[in-house]
Amino acid sequence: MKMLKLFSRAAVLGLLLAITIPVQADDLQDANKLLKQGLHAQAMEKVNAFLAAKPKDAQARFLKGLIFAEQNNADEAIAIFTGLTEDYPELPEPYNNLAVLYAGQGQYEKAKSALEMAIRTHPSYATAHENLGDIYAKMASQAYDRALQLDKSNTNTKTKLALIRELFSKNVRTGKPAVTAQADTAPAVTPVAPAAPAVVVAAPAVVAAPVVTQAAPPKPAVTVVAISVDPAADVLKATHDWAAAWSAKNSNKYLAFYTRDFNMPGLSHSAWVAQRKARIAAPKSIQVEIIDAKTKVVDDTHVSVSFKQHYRASHLNSYSIKTLEWVMADGQWLIAEERSGK
Amino acid sequence: MPSRLLALLLILFSVPVAAGDSASRDMELGLAKSLHAVRNNNLDVALTEVDSLLKVNPNFKLAQLVRGDLLLARARPISSFGNAPNAPRSQIQDLREEANARLQRAQQQQPVGVPKYLWQLSPKQRYAVVIDTDKSTLYLFENVNGEPRYVADFYISVGKKGADKVSEGDQKTPLGVYFVNAHLTKDKLTDFYGTGAYPLSYPNEWDKRLGRNGHGIWLHGTPSDTYSRPPRASNGCVVLANNDLNDLGRHLQIGLTPVIIASTIDWSDDADHADRAGLLKAIEQWRSDWASRNTEAYLAHYARDFSAGNMNLSAFAQHKRLVNSGKTWIKVKLSNLSAFPYPSQPDLVVVDFDQDYDSNNLTNRMSKRQYWKKQDGHWLIVYEGAA
Repeated sequence: MKMLKLFSRAAVLGLLLAITIPVQADDLQDANKLLKQGLHAQAMEKVNAFLAAKPKDAQARFLKGLIFAEQNNADEAIAIFTGLTEDYPELPEPYNNLAVLYAGQGQYEKAKSALEMAIRTHPSYATAHENLGDIYAKMASQAYDRALQLDKSNTNTKTKLALIRELFSKNVRTGKPAVTAQADTAPAVTPVAPAAPAVVVAAPAVVAAPVVTQAAPPKPAVTVVAISVDPAADVLKATHDWAAAWSAKNSNKYLAFYTRDFNMPGLSHSAWVAQRKARIAAPKSIQVEIIDAKTKVVDDTHVSVSFKQHYRASHLNSYSIKTLEWVMADGQWLIAEERSGK
Repeated sequence: MPSRLLALLLILFSVPVAAGDSASRDMELGLAKSLHAVRNNNLDVALTEVDSLLKVNPNFKLAQLVRGDLLLARARPISSFGNAPNAPRSQIQDLREEANARLQRAQQQQPVGVPKYLWQLSPKQRYAVVIDTDKSTLYLFENVNGEPRYVADFYISVGKKGADKVSEGDQKTPLGVYFVNAHLTKDKLTDFYGTGAYPLSYPNEWDKRLGRNGHGIWLHGTPSDTYSRPPRASNGCVVLANNDLNDLGRHLQIGLTPVIIASTIDWSDDADHADRAGLLKAIEQWRSDWASRNTEAYLAHYARDFSAGNMNLSAFAQHKRLVNSGKTWIKVKLSNLSAFPYPSQPDLVVVDFDQDYDSNNLTNRMSKRQYWKKQDGHWLIVYEGAA
């Protein structure tokens, strides 16, 4: 594992899913491949070429930050991720990576603040929670050192901070850098509704005090922020809501369950939307029943649900096996992929 | 603007008059607040509190340890005080003891009474120091028209092996009545002693008489990387936080300020007052018997086990009889008298005064020290010498 090895020096373990870069961004895809091969200079060249055309592009800047990090150029990497947190304050990943870099420099207070920001934007963000736990342990060890003047060579409390290697997980699934696009067209406008602030509180017992998140009541905004510690249950509920909207022939509500760039093979997003609207409008009645739903939590922001779908409409009665790939985006569970059959 | 004036006046009057009523007291109260918050499962409050302490004093090791525990508790379950993985147990134990001592101190009210070791302060002695080694506390009293009045108290560390020093190297702090002998400034010391040191008069006349030895018992500060040391940490010295030592130092008079070290302070009561009156009466009787040239009455004030340096009672009596036989008149005047009961020794009092001696063939002025001891209900002198 080349990546692991590279990052072990900075006390980094546990990386995430493979990066899939949008097809149209060839330079970025190449850059990513080069980075994975450890060809940092070449990767940087590609990223820079891309950024020359799209200097604001979040994904490219993120990748550039990663390259700097791999080159052990923490200062440059920090500058890049700091810039990303300023331009995209709603994204948790840049905060997380900032935290990892700060931790690598022993700046635990800064690392802690950055992770708290990541959690504030995405309260159920597991990586940030895990990293925060590591930071606390590291800070504790630092405090102990100061209390007891322990041997400074004590290295058994290495952090296992994970540098997030991916940005915009939903794009990974759908293949389109939505945020990038929005930032390109309207950089001055915050691209997505900010998540409601969540408070992080420590559990009340000294003996067992894991960090838990407590959700603040959602703001009465357009985007309802779902904050949960149980993604499987939330996705299961979303799946039933999705079936209910479909059964009610409420196509707007139904379509709202899909990512904004959701598409099917051979169909653009708008073509797909038109097709769905027509098909939902056509029958006099629709009834969709979910049977034997099984969830599989990929990570805190990705859950897949498989079930037997009983579809009954005025003209059709069918059973099928269906899988929905849900992704947490902007505080909402959305369908990024829909497959029929096994 | 009368309201502004009022505010200003309030600020002026709220400035603490007490010397130690400042940062170090706040430290202790803050620590206590944090530890109480831990007990009430209010870990966020506890952490905020130690964080603010450490902002002021990053070298407050006990606070660092508590902070370590509070942070670690967020990362994983912890089971006890001081969870540092490689910590020597003795060090954790030391800090646990400091936590206990400071918690107790934080809960304590400031004393309303007077320790029974301050029977009389001389008008020249503006302050007196009384130390309670069990409570890890040094009290500072001010002499207000002859009455000791509480000013401040400070957390202290004493000898690793506790109190009641007997011999060189026993790592104990002596118990007794001592005086501040000198002031050593920072530039004459290594960093270990902090911002300064005040050597004490150990071993005193009584210690020497009992054959106790050792030397170099000082009040001093802490190294620059250490805010405070555990309750039992020194080789016998009394150690204060540097800012506390500086506070205290402003009130110490070299050669004058008494430093009385007790294992547990006894506080003055009615019986004690009667005892004090008895002693003062005996001293006056001794003076007048001397001035009256009634040598046998005068010598009757000296105990059988009296000694003055290398002179025992019979040698002393012989000498006094000889001297007094040549006198046609004697005048003795005592002033600046102080009397400090000995903490570790019942019915023993250290008495100092300035003595104006005038006679037909000799005039002399000296500072004298006597140890008076109550034997069978009578106050007698067991030691006498120049102070």
